[in-house]
Amino acid sequence: MLDRTSPARVAQPAARAAHGDLKTYGIGFALSLGLTILSFGAVMGGLVPHGMMLGAITVLAVAQLLVQLVFFLHLGAAPAQRNNTVIFVLTALLIATVVSGSLWVMHNADTNMMPMQMTPERAMSKD
Amino acid sequence: MNIITTTLADAPARAPAHDLDHGHDDGSNTVLGFWIYLMSDCLIFSSLFATFAVLAGNFAGGPSGRELFDLPYVGVETLLLLISSFTFGVAALNMYADQSSKVIAWLAVTFLFGAGFIGMEIQEFAHLIQEGAGPGRSAFLSAYFTLVGTHGLHVTAGLIWLAVMMHQTWRFGLDGVVRRRIACLSLFWHFLDLIWICVFSFVYLRGVL
Repeated sequence: MLDRTSPARVAQPAARAAHGDLKTYGIGFALSLGLTILSFGAVMGGLVPHGMMLGAITVLAVAQLLVQLVFFLHLGAAPAQRNNTVIFVLTALLIATVVSGSLWVMHNADTNMMPMQMTPERAMSKD
Repeated sequence: MNIITTTLADAPARAPAHDLDHGHDDGSNTVLGFWIYLMSDCLIFSSLFATFAVLAGNFAGGPSGRELFDLPYVGVETLLLLISSFTFGVAALNMYADQSSKVIAWLAVTFLFGAGFIGMEIQEFAHLIQEGAGPGRSAFLSAYFTLVGTHGLHVTAGLIWLAVMMHQTWRFGLDGVVRRRIACLSLFWHFLDLIWICVFSFVYLRGVL
């Protein structure tokens, strides 16, 4: 019986931050759209010097990830979202380890491998 | 021996408190559990991204990303998914305002944009395979199809879930269970948009550099 009151309590303004309002979604959408256009513009329009392109794309992607985490997934330091935020930060740490570790190890394996005489064509013909 | 008797003596005293905890679950635990599932899904995607990053240069004499990827096409796909994320947000807001018919309408709009995205992706895959750039062509393309295809399968699952939730909202109204399920689906849908940001940045845009 107690449970019946719970959804109503959740919908009170105190929990507003947990699901945002139209304004937060609108801001999030506008920012995401802008960042997406900047990313595509940087590559298609050549707005950024070629050497800095990968860095620019990475920065824009991380910015958009943060925008969507805050405005769409409502992550933050408020008590209602603290659990989600802590779990996400831990996951981000694991992801950084997996991705950067794989790239590092495989790059080393690649540069230290013995020179190979086989061409891709010969490898694919399986002789 | 002493430990065992203490544990046994404690057990009955603890049991009622344990039951009480279950009685107070208002669904927030379900959403938290679903969030933990999403984070584990994130780890699947991170290993697929790592695999792709390692194999991105292994073309085996086949076509590279620069020859294959059509950026304006990917831009439209991105736009469709981004709009669908926003329309899901509007559906969620209507759920908190108890407007069940508006929830169904906005979920339907979200479904259409999501279906448009999947349609374009299938078209893109079919085109690549037709050109002889299927997943068997090179390590780069195997990694590409695995990563982008896994995301596409997730979006497809999301579309089926959207259809089920439209039906449940229509059939049962916005009761506690339906609200909880839509809250989980909302996390899932926004999460897929997050993954797509990484896909278009690190697969498509980086691929044509």
